[in-house]
Amino acid sequence: MTMFIQTKVKLRKINMLDDFFVRALIAGIGVALVTGPLGCFVVWRRLSYFGDTLSHSALLGVTMAYSFELNIALSVFIISSVIALVLIQLQKKTNLPGDALLGLLAHSSLAVGLVVIGFLTFIRFDIMGLLFGDILAVTTTDIFIIWTGGAIILLVLKLIWKPLFASTVNYELAEAEGLNPDRAKAIFTILMAAVIAISIKMVGLLLITGMLIIPAAMARNISDSPQKMVLFSVIGGLLSVILGLFSSLEFNTASGPSIIMAALVLFILSLLNIKQSIKLKN
Amino acid sequence: MSDKNILVELHKAGFKQNNKWLVEGVSLKVEKGKIVTLIGPNGSGKSTTAKIALGIYKNIEGTVEKYTNKIGYVPQKISIDWTLPLRVYDFMLLTEDISDEAIDEALALTGVTHLKDKNLGNLSGGEFQRVLIARAISKKPELLVLDEPVQGVDYTGEIALYELIKKISDTLNCGILLISHDLHTVMTATDHVVCLNGHVCCSGSPMDVAKNNEYKTLFGEQASQILSVYEHKHDHVHSDEGQIKKN
Repeated sequence: MTMFIQTKVKLRKINMLDDFFVRALIAGIGVALVTGPLGCFVVWRRLSYFGDTLSHSALLGVTMAYSFELNIALSVFIISSVIALVLIQLQKKTNLPGDALLGLLAHSSLAVGLVVIGFLTFIRFDIMGLLFGDILAVTTTDIFIIWTGGAIILLVLKLIWKPLFASTVNYELAEAEGLNPDRAKAIFTILMAAVIAISIKMVGLLLITGMLIIPAAMARNISDSPQKMVLFSVIGGLLSVILGLFSSLEFNTASGPSIIMAALVLFILSLLNIKQSIKLKN
Repeated sequence: MSDKNILVELHKAGFKQNNKWLVEGVSLKVEKGKIVTLIGPNGSGKSTTAKIALGIYKNIEGTVEKYTNKIGYVPQKISIDWTLPLRVYDFMLLTEDISDEAIDEALALTGVTHLKDKNLGNLSGGEFQRVLIARAISKKPELLVLDEPVQGVDYTGEIALYELIKKISDTLNCGILLISHDLHTVMTATDHVVCLNGHVCCSGSPMDVAKNNEYKTLFGEQASQILSVYEHKHDHVHSDEGQIKKN
């Protein structure tokens, strides 16, 4: 509830500022707060290709939104969730390895999305904006969706943290000691779809997984406990958004790639740190 | 023994994977304060039986009734990925939030207090086993399932840990389902032995099992040696009232 009020207060401020860059910054910070903790689980559970598949299917979600005049985030969320369900069914039905199934779904949903775009001649699409993000496109509604959606995602993640984390360490241990890891996994899948839905405008569908993985990977290099890794992952994401957006403004580059590049620079810096810590140990 | 004391009961339980029975027709029960040990050669279904009892396997034959949710489990195999930065301290809190005192106490009991802030990935095999046991007992469980709990632990440590397990069963009054390949320990610190080989080939008190012919065929030379040790050490039996009767 307090989150909701805070968001409202923020919205009023934005209206007063009425500046696209401030809007982008607030939206980006909201996205980074959510991708930080979720990204850690993506790295821990080896789900980066799964994240890719969901984000590729987001294009189909966007075309659905235009075809049926739905909200883009909602439509992307629905399509991504459906793709996740289809994946689970396919895994039960065939003996194909997981990565082949993910590739199948990722590329076919991307292809279907692109074909459908061809039919929607009455709408002018900014394909580059969809693929790589567009700071100019961030509206106050988007900010509202990112912050309320993000707050819900983080709240749910906090609720399922124990079973999800325990089963990430060892599934059988979590199951044996009564934590119901299957339910936590199912809920986490929905959270993944949701985070892609809220961050698609900011980072673009080709680069969302990067926003999930790179700050978390950076955080791993400098953390010795799960809590620290989540914290550093959030900080890394926030820094990437801020640095990325400023350079995007400065050099007139697309927002998504600029943010991801900033994250990459932070990752490289964290590698320097890890080399030093190895030296110290020896 | 009243039914209230039963913690978990398997009735003709079995589990099939890829059309092959891993184990079938297992009936056993674990009661409060008792140690039940599963023995058997590799691939005889010991771990599978433990996982059936724990409810890890869902599509099983037969029935399994669990009467407690306070369970501590030491799995046979566990590997921690490098991507997960996990200290011993974090691991102790994995499935339940327990107090710092309880953590320290459990780590002290298994002799690994000094490892509390170490990363799990940097522990030796024996150290890791001690941490696993500490985690399982720190929750003060009603049912403890230990799958080869002392693998990789040095010889003196092994004896101390088995003594600890026996002590825990007495002090917490918890039931223990133990899987062990160490026949000597099995024969001295167990209330009930179940000998598996894809099915239950014999079960009963350690003495009964040791005398069983199927058991002798399964374990061969080693078994008869253990039996002689056992018989040598025990020249008396306890009556139900606890009195000592000379053989």
